[in-house]
Amino acid sequence: MRIELEKRPRVSLLFSVLSPLLALVLTLVFGAIMFWLLGKSPLNALYVYFVEPLLEVWSLHELAIKAAPLILIGVGLAVCYRSNNWNIGAEGQFTIGAIAGSILPVLYPQWHSWIILPLMLVMGMAGGALYAGIPALLKTRFNTNEILTSLMLVYIAQLFLDWLVRGPWRDPQGYNFPQTKSFQVEAVLPEMLASGRAHWAFVFAIVAAVALWFMMRFMLKGFEVSVLGQSERAGRFAGFSARRMVWFAMLLSGALAGLAGISEVSGSIGHVQPSISPGYGFTAIIVAFLGRLNPLGIVASGLVLALTYLGGEAAQLSIGISDKVSRVFQGLLLFFVLSCDTLIHYRIKLVFSDVRTVEAKG
Amino acid sequence: MTLSAGPATVPLLSVEGLTKLFGSFAACNAIDLDIAPGEIHALLGENGAGKSTLVKMLFGVLQPSAGRILWEGQPVTIASPGEARRLGIGMVFQHFSLFEALTVGENIALSLDPKISLARISDEAASLSKAYGLPLDPNAHVADLSVGERQRIEIVRALLQNPKLIILDEPTSVLTPQEADRLFETLFKLKAEGRSVLYISHRLEEVRRICDRATVLRHGKVTGACDPKQETPASLARMMVGSDVAEVHRDGSVAPGDIRLEVSNLSVPARTPFAISLRNIAIKVRAGEVLAIAGVAGNGQSELFDALSGEYPVADDEAVRIRGKAVGKTGINGRRLLGAGFVPEERHGHAAVSAMPLSDNLLLARSRSDKKAFLSGGFASIVRHDAIRSAARRICEAMDVRKSGEDPIAGSLSGGNLQKFIVGRELDRQPSVLIVNQPTWGVDAGAASRIRQALIDLAKAGSAVVVISQDLDEIFEVATNIAVISEGRLSEPHPAGSLTLERIGLMMGGIHDSHSIPEAAHAH
Repeated sequence: MRIELEKRPRVSLLFSVLSPLLALVLTLVFGAIMFWLLGKSPLNALYVYFVEPLLEVWSLHELAIKAAPLILIGVGLAVCYRSNNWNIGAEGQFTIGAIAGSILPVLYPQWHSWIILPLMLVMGMAGGALYAGIPALLKTRFNTNEILTSLMLVYIAQLFLDWLVRGPWRDPQGYNFPQTKSFQVEAVLPEMLASGRAHWAFVFAIVAAVALWFMMRFMLKGFEVSVLGQSERAGRFAGFSARRMVWFAMLLSGALAGLAGISEVSGSIGHVQPSISPGYGFTAIIVAFLGRLNPLGIVASGLVLALTYLGGEAAQLSIGISDKVSRVFQGLLLFFVLSCDTLIHYRIKLVFSDVRTVEAKG
Repeated sequence: MTLSAGPATVPLLSVEGLTKLFGSFAACNAIDLDIAPGEIHALLGENGAGKSTLVKMLFGVLQPSAGRILWEGQPVTIASPGEARRLGIGMVFQHFSLFEALTVGENIALSLDPKISLARISDEAASLSKAYGLPLDPNAHVADLSVGERQRIEIVRALLQNPKLIILDEPTSVLTPQEADRLFETLFKLKAEGRSVLYISHRLEEVRRICDRATVLRHGKVTGACDPKQETPASLARMMVGSDVAEVHRDGSVAPGDIRLEVSNLSVPARTPFAISLRNIAIKVRAGEVLAIAGVAGNGQSELFDALSGEYPVADDEAVRIRGKAVGKTGINGRRLLGAGFVPEERHGHAAVSAMPLSDNLLLARSRSDKKAFLSGGFASIVRHDAIRSAARRICEAMDVRKSGEDPIAGSLSGGNLQKFIVGRELDRQPSVLIVNQPTWGVDAGAASRIRQALIDLAKAGSAVVVISQDLDEIFEVATNIAVISEGRLSEPHPAGSLTLERIGLMMGGIHDSHSIPEAAHAH
């Protein structure tokens, strides 16, 4: 017996829309089972995990802080994936963006000018874009697989950051802690509202999402992305260059990941340290797919995934489960999103093969 | 294995009234065929004649809609390739199914019983390949092998199952003449052992040289069964392309105008191992002319289209001129801006994106040439969906495209309707040069005649039209001049009236290389 996936003649519109919600429900169900197996009350755990963080103003601010990088990276990745380029290395581009953007405040802590913040943001974007340019170059020149190269570059970026903050960038007055001096006040991304910590990165995320939604929906560039993503040959017929699209998609997603990186360092942390991300670059892949690669959908899915981070912290504090649970939730969610999507397009068919045929193959 | 191959013996395989319907289209229509033990039997026919469908049914890949298959006199149902192999039928496909990263031995092992050790398979494969004059190193990686060597793997793989009948689908289409000679020696060895070979080809010389009997297919029907050694290439060609000469309906000829498309000395090296290199192509098409380029598929048609359309620009800027302007290095949109239009052969994924609506597929071909009408917002290039949708509606009305819904996705249209839309998309611009590859391939008769009429009308209105086609009836219907492409070389064009189907059939089969056929010798 073997299992085959058979393409459905028609794709149900209803289920295409429901698919992300269905995946969310399944994740909750399996999450509840997991909590039950861990010996906790499933309902209470889910409440602590997914509801409590939404009840207070300060935690809503935290939600915006966590959602901002996920959305920023996620919308860039969505465009990238739509064009059939598989950038898996946003975490690395995030890291390099954070490093490149931090050059000014780390090396010139005495410089006090309003221009420093815009420069940092631009340099952060440039750093992320350049770092994403490496897999783009390798792909266009040597036809390498960008999935592998971009992923491997993540680890290089993380080790480079580690080396920087333990070595040349370490704060001499920092009691030997592996971190840089705190940024001067002009280099800190300001808060959006007086009520809490959430800073301008969330605004950048919303602006980026709306801009890319507009591009994909109304601009020739967006059309080019979809055409080349679906058929390179048709794209060539249209006069679009697949090679240039590799560059565009990789640089765009790299720049947005870099912007997320410098915003996080400048707005949330205030200095550079060995660990600056709880895996935003990887979680953003889930965000992109849960949002169906649609920039507006990604705003919603970014908030959902940010909630799993917050819930993980809350659950750790109040019911004493490891914050690794949030990774489990993210994994479950990605698994169910992809399988729901697959089952919308295909149906499962069990094939009981003919005994004689099996013999004949011998 | 019997060595007797007398006429009285029961045929190894016989096929009675075998029919395969795809929808209402009969790819194979009541085919009768006998293969005797120990003979090399040719299956001749043009592309689309139904050869592949027939052998797929014999190998269990497709199930016949009607008719029966007799194996050694017994009726059989061949439900799967596994069952075909169990009966003793081996098949070597035209396109190989090999894993490049694996070795020869590993590739062979994949198709055999998983219980047999790799070492034993490698040994057997090596000795077998030596015995049949097909030297193969079982430890070599497939990626390092030539096309001919790869084919040997497929043949050895088939032979290891000790088949009584081996089916070879266009085996020489990827081989050099020397490699082909070696293959023929192997086939003779197989025949001497009493095995039968079903040899599919459209190369008449080869068939005459090695085959004992031939069955000729045309439009899914058997049009002849003969001993190819008794036939002339001309008589074989007549069976292949049919003797019914299509009448040319062209009321009133247009005096040719200025040269719109000029190709001189166009040589393009092959991009991939399966591609054909173009050699010294020369074309001149004037306004009001339809140049038809005939030829059997895989002789350089798509490569020629790529070079003419600019999808793959060529190194020499002077090699292609559109309306007098050198455009060899110019891309497809630059050529469109000069007034050229293009219709590629493959509808899905080349001429159109199947999952996109018709309006998007209109923009696909005309985003540059109709920038003013379809885009706004200057640098931002905002797509004007309304303008494009109404243009798509106009095209659908002009070409009578039948569709469900206002703006359905391209993939939901039938082949004929989508092709009408794709051709209409270009005609709507009134291109001064139109290059079309296989305009009516897989299109129903009604749509085909509509498209052909549109091409004739376009030329009459003063455009230059190039039609690359395998369908000789179509060529005679639309062409004012006809040239033949074979192995990447293009013959001189001849006025349509001066050519017969038979002459073209010969030129298509590559016979014009042979000096033994005087009437075709000047076709160069």
